[in-house]
Amino acid sequence: MRILACVKRVPLTGGKMVLTADEQALETRHLGFTISPHEECGVEEAVRLVEEHGGEVAVLTLGPAEAEEQIRDSLANGADRGIHLVTEGEEWDPQATAAAIVATAQAEEAAGGGLDLIVFGNESADSGNYQVGIRVAHALGRPVVTGLKGLSVADGRARCEQEAPGGRDVYDVPLPAVVSVLEGINLPRYPSVPAKLRARQKPVESSTPERPAARLQKQRLVVPPGQGKQAEVLGEGPEAAPAVVNVMRELGVA
Amino acid sequence: MGVLVLVEHDEELSLQAIALARDAGEPLHALLIGSAEGAAQLGAYGVSTVHVAEEERLGAYAPGAWATCVNEVIDRVQPSAVVAAGTNRGNEVLSHLAARRDLPFAANCIAVGSDGTVTRVRWGGSLLEEARINSELKLLTVAPHMVEASTVDGAEASVERFTPALQDSDLAVRVGEHVDAVSTGISLAEAKVVVSGGRGVGSADGFGILEELAGLLDAAVGCSRVVTSAGWRPHTDQVGQTGTRVAPDLYIACGISGATQHIAGCKGAKKILAINSDAEAPILASADYAVIGDLAEIVPAITAELRKAQAS
Ligand SMILES: Cc1cc2nc3c(=O)[nH]c(=O)nc-3n(C[C@H](O)[C@H](O)[C@H](O)COP(=O)(O)OP(=O)(O)OC[C@H]3O[C@@H](n4cnc5c(N)ncnc54)[C@H](O)[C@@H]3O)c2cc1C
Ligand SMILES: Nc1ncnc2c1ncn2[C@@H]1O[C@H](COP(=O)(O)O)[C@@H](O)[C@H]1O
Repeated sequence: MRILACVKRVPLTGGKMVLTADEQALETRHLGFTISPHEECGVEEAVRLVEEHGGEVAVLTLGPAEAEEQIRDSLANGADRGIHLVTEGEEWDPQATAAAIVATAQAEEAAGGGLDLIVFGNESADSGNYQVGIRVAHALGRPVVTGLKGLSVADGRARCEQEAPGGRDVYDVPLPAVVSVLEGINLPRYPSVPAKLRARQKPVESSTPERPAARLQKQRLVVPPGQGKQAEVLGEGPEAAPAVVNVMRELGVA
Repeated sequence: MGVLVLVEHDEELSLQAIALARDAGEPLHALLIGSAEGAAQLGAYGVSTVHVAEEERLGAYAPGAWATCVNEVIDRVQPSAVVAAGTNRGNEVLSHLAARRDLPFAANCIAVGSDGTVTRVRWGGSLLEEARINSELKLLTVAPHMVEASTVDGAEASVERFTPALQDSDLAVRVGEHVDAVSTGISLAEAKVVVSGGRGVGSADGFGILEELAGLLDAAVGCSRVVTSAGWRPHTDQVGQTGTRVAPDLYIACGISGATQHIAGCKGAKKILAINSDAEAPILASADYAVIGDLAEIVPAITAELRKAQAS
C-alpha cells in the first residue's frame, strides 16, 4: 500500500492563550510545537497498515521551515519519507491547503504510482476547519469517510468505523480512498532512540508552493472571556475533606 | 433571499443553529432529510418554509446524498447563507457542499456580522477568530452549546416535499451497517459528577482511589491525555479537545495541570474542584474550588468523610 498522511504543525499552548500584539497569531516564543493527537493517530494507523500489508508511508506537511520537526517526529514513529510544502509562516486557509495537497498527491501519483489511502486528522488542532480531507477527496474523485475510530483494509476495500449514538456506523468503501481519523483509533507508539536516529536519515523533499488569496480570511484572533478566574482554596491536605463535602452538599451532588 | 438551515432529526444543536441563522433577519428555510417528522414544530423557531427531501435511498446516512439535497434547495431558494449545526454530519455535509460548489466554509461559528464576517471557535473553543467569508453564498456551521435555542411568536411553517435527483455516486459512501455498543456504567458525557485524574495520579492502579470516590457519588471517572497516552485508562475516558466534552454539576480534577486542551473538554461543568499539589497550577485559573496537596492523601480523606456523612 502507498499511503499519504497529512499533519499540521501547531503550538503546544499551556494553561493560557496569549496573542501577539497584532492579534494575528498566538505568541509562541516560549512554546514547543506538536501536531494534533488525531493526526498522530493518523500516522500510526498508516504505519500499522503498511506493517501489515507492505508498502510505504509518506508524511506531508504544509508549514514553515521549522515544520520539518513535525515531519521528523512522524518519521521517528515509522513513516518512511517526508514531503514538506514550505510556507512563509502565515496560515493558509483550508481551500488553499487542500489545493496544495491535491497538487502534491497528483504529482506523487504521476511519479510513483497510485496512493491507496490519504489519511487526515478529523480536524486540525488550531483552526479546526473540519474540511481539508473532504476537499482533497472531491478534487481527486475519491470516496471519503470522516471521524474514524476503526479502520481495516482487505481485498482493495476499507472498512471504516465511526462512533454513532448507541454504537458504531460502518462504511465499506473501495480503495483508493480518503479517510480522517480521531484520537483513540489506536494508541500511538513512543519513538525509540534508534528510531529517532533513523528518522534523521530518512528523505524529506521540499518545495515552495504559491499561496493563493484566502477565501476564509482571518481578520483577528480573540481570547474568549472567562480565562483567568481564581479558585477559592478550601484548604490544604486531607484536613480539607470536610470543607469539600460541604461544597458537594451545597451543590446537591452528595 | 433567505437563509437555509440543514436540520437534523432529534438534534437540539440544530435548534441552536436556527437561532443563530435567525440573526440574519431574513426569511428562514429549513431542510429535513428523509422524513417530515418534526417539520410542523419548526415554525415556532422562526422557520417559514420547511423543505423535506424524501427518497427511498435516504434511509441510511450518505454525506454525498445529503449534500445533493441541500444543493437542490439552494438552487430553488437562492439563499444568502446555508447554516447547519456543528455536528459530525453538519460539518461533513457542508464540507462536501463547499467542495462541490468551490466555496469557502466556516466551521463552528458563534456569531455572524452583517458584513459577511463571522466569529468562529478555534482550539476546541479556547480561542476565537473573526473571519471574513469571501463568497456570495456563505456556508457555516454553529458551534455546539454556544448559542441558545429559542422560540419566537412564529406562524406555522409551510411544508414543501421534494424528491432529490440522487446520483449513484451520491450513495458511494453510505452507512452500511450499525454495530451496537455494550454500554458500560455511567456515561462520561452525561454524568452529574466526574472524578478525573491526570499525571499526578501516578499509575493505572492509582485510579483505584478515584474510582472509590466516584462510586460514592454515582460519578463517572475521566482522565487527561497524559493518562491515556501512558495506557493507564482507555481513550473513552479522556476529557478534552480531542476527547469527550463533559458538562457535569461538579468536575473534580485530581492531579491535572489545566492545559487549555483539557479545559476545552470540562469548561461546560457548573463547578470545577481542583486537587493539586501545586498552588500555582494553571487549573486554579479555571477552577471554582481548590484543595492544595497530595491527591493520594486528599482523595481517600474525602471518600472517608463522605462515608461518614452518608452514614449519619
Ligand atoms: C491538539 C492537542 C489536543 C489535546 N487534547 C487533549 C485532551 O483532549 N485532553 C487532555 O487532557 N489533554 C489534551 N492535550 C494535552 C494537554 O496539552 C496536556 O498535555 C495534558 O492535558 C496534561 O495532562 P496532565 O494535566 O495530566 O499532566 P501535567 O500537565 O503533567 O500535570 C500534572 C499535574 O499533576 C499535579 N500533581 C503531580 N503530582 C500530584 C499529586 N501527588 N497530588 C496532586 N497533584 C499532583 C502537578 O502539579 C500538575 O499540575 C492535547 C494537546 C494538544 C496539543
Ligand atoms: N497545513 C497543513 N499541512 C498538512 N496537513 C494539513 C494542514 N492543515 C490541515 N491539514 C490536514 O487536514 C486535516 C483537517 O484540517 P482542517 O480542515 O483544518 O480541520 C488535519 O487534521 C490535517 O490532517
